[in-house]
Amino acid sequence: MRDVAVIGVGMNKWGELWEKSLRDIFVEAALLAMDDASVDHIDSLYVGSMTPGLFIGQEHLGSLLADYLGQCPIPAARVESACASGGLAVRMGWMDVALGVSDIVLVGGVEKMLDVDGGAATYALATAADQEWECYNGATFPGLYAMIANAYQAKHNIPFDKFRKQLAQVAVKNHANGLLNPNAQFQSKVTPEQVMTSTMVADPLRLLDCSPITDGAAAAILCPLEMARAKFKKHSPVVIAASGAATDTLSLAHREDIAYLKATEVAAQHAYKMANMKPADIDFAEVHDCFTIAEICVIEALGFFEVGKGGDATLEGATALDGAKPINSSGGLKSKGHPVGATGVAQVVEVAHQLRGEAGKRQLQKARIGLTQNMGGSGGSTVVHIFKAV
Amino acid sequence: MMSSITARYWREIPQRYRGEASKSKKTGKTYFPPRLVEPKNGNRQFEPVKLDYEGNLITYTVIRVAPAGFEDQGAYALGIVELPGGARITAQIADCPLSDVKIGMKVRVVFRKIRDEGHEGIHCYGYKVVPA
Repeated sequence: MRDVAVIGVGMNKWGELWEKSLRDIFVEAALLAMDDASVDHIDSLYVGSMTPGLFIGQEHLGSLLADYLGQCPIPAARVESACASGGLAVRMGWMDVALGVSDIVLVGGVEKMLDVDGGAATYALATAADQEWECYNGATFPGLYAMIANAYQAKHNIPFDKFRKQLAQVAVKNHANGLLNPNAQFQSKVTPEQVMTSTMVADPLRLLDCSPITDGAAAAILCPLEMARAKFKKHSPVVIAASGAATDTLSLAHREDIAYLKATEVAAQHAYKMANMKPADIDFAEVHDCFTIAEICVIEALGFFEVGKGGDATLEGATALDGAKPINSSGGLKSKGHPVGATGVAQVVEVAHQLRGEAGKRQLQKARIGLTQNMGGSGGSTVVHIFKAV
Repeated sequence: MMSSITARYWREIPQRYRGEASKSKKTGKTYFPPRLVEPKNGNRQFEPVKLDYEGNLITYTVIRVAPAGFEDQGAYALGIVELPGGARITAQIADCPLSDVKIGMKVRVVFRKIRDEGHEGIHCYGYKVVPA
């Protein structure tokens, strides 16, 4: 297998992009990444998108986006794993380059979620859960994560008031980080009190515990590390040290432990083994905080904090920009926005910027090894990548 | 909200109306809905069984923002219930004040209307749980 480098990344400001179409926002991000890498052609394209068919009535994205990017007749594929579609697209592109099939690959992600109303968007997102045995009986995504939250609180016997503050702190921290990210959907500070008094969505999760609905795209250019060193010297190369992916039961009910994200642990363990690293070697991470409870469970499953202690670590500031293990310096899904298929690729954009020392006001002091964790559904799939500045 | 596909609704009647499940001949564990392969051991030998209808609530939430088709049901409790044999179901918790719902409570599976579908208001049935 060849070592694979990230030689260019790109994303635009995310949000409610009424005036732009899916193909517009994707091509804009893809061109930014190609310009960042100084390439004018690509050999193949992988685009993560959860459900363009339900959001805009359009499938067959591989051809559509290769065409509008001016790259036909390259091979192109849409990759889907619900909210982890972007991360899985990165993994497909990494495999393509590592195996020597293609040299220059564009991995992207896109979702245009605001062309439909809130009810239709909620329905589209819920197709990532089990339609027949969860959604039929009235489950929603906030509801599934709320059940994870209540199971977690009970399992670890955390007093509710303390648990509520731990959840709130995830949102407070990620909004504070997003305030420093010009591409974030929300450029707004929130206080613990605002989070804890926002509208209840599914007990105990409130509106400000939830990531928003977003239009957005992101892209990255991959090539063999040797080629990056010989031909693409604009940036110091960022190497993909490892890729790990795993699945778990689609239905939350069928997990052995409802309060634990096993697929995240398994994907991370594969990645640590491939990179010959351990959790302590990771300087910072971008993780899938679709709901505040998700970030707490994820940082435990990644091995950063003891199981049951992720909330305490968050309250103590360990995951803040100046903490021992900064999490979601970009603002995370919570503040940067969550255009589902694009999220996993935007995590790579942030990690590359941090590793290259180009993260502006949110630049981390210690940023040599970064990890991304992108998760589908209520935890039924997870993709983890580890990146290293070389 | 896409309406249920007629064949899909009809196909799931044995589970939704009668709790038909499958029991592994290898481990004795009950699976709901029935499966063709048992996770982890590859067993394909099952016998049909009916769900044992009394179990424990292992987690829950109160859905305050209801999805399409459930808007008129206001806030409702939704939980995961573990039944004897190890089968777990996701179901609404009915006939119980929301403030009385607690993890660990004993519940019983009952046949109920789940929602009315589409402009015609066709009744869709299935299971909910109530305090045992």
